[in-house]
Amino acid sequence: MEHAVDVLPTTDESAATASAGPPTTRVTLDVNGSEHPLDIDNRMSLLDALREKLALTGSKKGCDHGQCGACTVLIDGRRANSCLTLAVSAEGSAITTVEGLADDEGLHPVQQAFLDRDAYQCGYCTPGQICSAIGMLREARAGWPSHATHDVALDGVVLDDDEVRERMSGNLCRCGAYVNIVPAVLDAAEGSAMRDAADSHAAHAPDVPDASVTRGTTAPDTTAATR
Amino acid sequence: MSIDAPAVLGEPIPRLEGRQKVTGEALYAYEYRADEVLYAWPVQSTIVTGRILRLHTDVVLAMTGVVEVLTHLNAPKLADGDDGELLVLQSDRVAYRGQVVALVLATSIDTAREAAAALDVDYQNDGLDVELSAEHPKLYAPEEVNAGFATDSEQGYVDAAFATAAFTTDEVYTTPALFNNPMEPHATLAAFDGERLDVRDSSQGTSSVQQTLSTMFGLDPANVRVRSEHVGGGFGSKGSPRPNVILAVMAARVTGRPVKIAYTRQMMFALAGYRTPTISHVRLAANADGRLTAISHQSYTQTSTIQEFAEQVAEPSRHLYAAPNRLMTHRLAALDVPTPRWMRAPGEAPGVYALESAMDDLATVSGIDPVELRIANEPDVDPESGTAFSSRNLVGCLRRGAELFGWAERDPRLGIRRDGRFLVGTGVAAGMYPAMTSASGARVRALPGGRYELGVNATDIGQGARTVMAQIAADALGVPVSAISVDLADSTLPKGPVAGGSSGTASWGWAVTKACERLRSELAAGAPVPPEGYEVEVETSVDVDAMAPLARFAFGAHFVEARVDLDSGEVTMPRMLGVFAAGRILNARTARSQFLGGMTMGLSMALHERGELDAVLGDYANHDLATYHVAANADVRDLRVEWLEEEDRQLAPMGGKGIGEIGIVGTAAAVASAVRHATGVKVRDLPIQPDRLIGQLPPRFL
Ligand code: FES
Ligand code: FES
Repeated sequence: MEHAVDVLPTTDESAATASAGPPTTRVTLDVNGSEHPLDIDNRMSLLDALREKLALTGSKKGCDHGQCGACTVLIDGRRANSCLTLAVSAEGSAITTVEGLADDEGLHPVQQAFLDRDAYQCGYCTPGQICSAIGMLREARAGWPSHATHDVALDGVVLDDDEVRERMSGNLCRCGAYVNIVPAVLDAAEGSAMRDAADSHAAHAPDVPDASVTRGTTAPDTTAATR
Repeated sequence: MSIDAPAVLGEPIPRLEGRQKVTGEALYAYEYRADEVLYAWPVQSTIVTGRILRLHTDVVLAMTGVVEVLTHLNAPKLADGDDGELLVLQSDRVAYRGQVVALVLATSIDTAREAAAALDVDYQNDGLDVELSAEHPKLYAPEEVNAGFATDSEQGYVDAAFATAAFTTDEVYTTPALFNNPMEPHATLAAFDGERLDVRDSSQGTSSVQQTLSTMFGLDPANVRVRSEHVGGGFGSKGSPRPNVILAVMAARVTGRPVKIAYTRQMMFALAGYRTPTISHVRLAANADGRLTAISHQSYTQTSTIQEFAEQVAEPSRHLYAAPNRLMTHRLAALDVPTPRWMRAPGEAPGVYALESAMDDLATVSGIDPVELRIANEPDVDPESGTAFSSRNLVGCLRRGAELFGWAERDPRLGIRRDGRFLVGTGVAAGMYPAMTSASGARVRALPGGRYELGVNATDIGQGARTVMAQIAADALGVPVSAISVDLADSTLPKGPVAGGSSGTASWGWAVTKACERLRSELAAGAPVPPEGYEVEVETSVDVDAMAPLARFAFGAHFVEARVDLDSGEVTMPRMLGVFAAGRILNARTARSQFLGGMTMGLSMALHERGELDAVLGDYANHDLATYHVAANADVRDLRVEWLEEEDRQLAPMGGKGIGEIGIVGTAAAVASAVRHATGVKVRDLPIQPDRLIGQLPPRFL
């Protein structure tokens, strides 16, 4: 390697932060199905632990304050801002990051839908959008209402454009890919593979009833709408 | 469209790096790893102007994990790289609140952050002057405005035209300080290996970063390598080097260790650049059939005391409409503020907002349909230069948009459409953005077996440069896109211009076309392909210089439906349509996304974004994403894009005009127009937040 910065991402267990001083805690983080024993600076966010200690840089830092959603991961199947989660508090939870979504059979349906719909540009918000969408679809399947839900007394949630927009509004995209993100999420919701795929980390997921998710309106196709 | 099919320019090829982006494999500047890396954290001034008297670095240096604290007392001296913002830690002077006064280097992020917060600084506080107004005593006429345009221009007699006009308007339109806020904060990883410097930077152009670093640090350019393989958006804010890259290199030099730095979101509001607040005084005079007899656009903006930045706000008014009497001026005040910089469509976004809002006012005053009013003022040649347009299809955009939007059924009366607790209205505005091209290099190598390696110093900031460059090469070589591998965003490649000014694709793409055509003809002439490949390298200065002197612009028309909540004053847009004429569209998929992105930022400018100046502290108070609202998913409803087939043979050989910026130009004026149609209230100070309307709306229950 001619330059130091050419070093490819590797797991860095040497932990510069562990050099005496700030209090650290020995924890084991379960990330994407693997156990990682780590000495963690008690101040460290889960996001920094993923990015700096485990070289899992798919989770992005857009604000570090819970204001943008770029750092969204799934903790026990639920979406969470990893910048607002202390790493030491994540022990005992199953953490799924964007790196843990694809499997031997290929991309997660939400990932594939983002590709198909060009639901990203620079890609920086994208891992957070994808993790958030997976968590959100699970919430909808569990029947959780949102601000956009017309009738909370009904069984199940009818996912339409407004529901997706509302439920995905914690994830900012400055490139303005929202118009493509909404149909991408609906495509993924509709896909028959969805039910299994959303549960590809089912072991981590809380028990949610398999309420029906119905697709509401038809979103315009990404490419056919243009000339 | 598969990448294995024969290449055709314009096809909606999916992004080549898409898989890396959706799996998290794509690495952005901060995410590369280096052994023994140090984390840098800037300390920002808490006064606006004055002097640093003392920095209590001893306390901070005693903290475990802190390796060094750089200040103006111990930082290496830098040569001037023509940008005062980059002369960091060079003196005890403070020029604005938030300027970098020290840099902490530590072995972890958490220690660096805590140490930076613990650094006490004693200042001599010299007061502040931070509020722009059209009467500010420091206003002056700069020698020229950005991109080399004239500060003032005048034709005919504007005042005389007003005396005889059938209709006139005379209003002031303002836009607030706006912040680019790409989702990836500015970041750098810098490492020295002896005299060789290797940098990963979140930048829109590595050639210019390499050049600046070489100059400022006195390094041989051959020893400086800058790469920006993936960039999480820029929107102009990464269009030139920012203090982050200078600080990282400085720290790497001093410590002998690799250093990485990332701005916090809050730091970006002071250290990344922003769009200046703008004040536009626009006066229009027209005869009875709506033909403009005079256009006057006088603009007022701010710069800092350490770097002149003169946004060309009135420049677009020189080109959009014809009028025999015209006056465009720019005045600038150097205030105690961070230096404003480029933000998506600098000049055009605020300038066309003002001019198009004035056209809407003129339509209202004259009772002429706003679409027809614009068509009536279509110039035959560029009003400013008198030269022909290479192509100009604004009328086509307006007509097609009107047809798609159902404009013909519109009742022009203001404030009469109610739907429950909403008032409903529609609006229109035009947009334009120059189609620029600059010289670029490129190289391409044929490998045995029919594969090709393309090297072009483009930067993919989300616009899709990687994909479109491969498409252009494939098209020129007559091979599928899958036969091309692309190297970009690396200063060791032939020099290329920055991804900015909507000129990247035309500039890089011309060089790619030229290289590929030359390669193809040399191979056809029997050049052998050795095992290591056969390469050609080109540069396009001669070609670009030989372009005919024509006025080249992309055009667009925005149509918007607005709903105004009578209870809250909140505005939502159920429908937005943009129709564009931008030459040949090179990739229908990524182009559509770019137009949508520009319009989304335009919506955000119209309704949401505003830097709130705290005149006492001298800083923008809402410097984070919770308080500076950028459009979220639920703010955006039915946004549609269409483009006209436009053939223009007076552009770069691919025939496309840049499209990164045109989408934001005119959007806010169309929104203001729709809000007026809905409510009868014209807002001339962006953004159109509820407080601008709520006191002026009719009662909900009559
Ligand atoms: S980085 Fe966590 S929400 Fe922005
Ligand atoms: S794709 Fe760039 S911020 Fe969303």
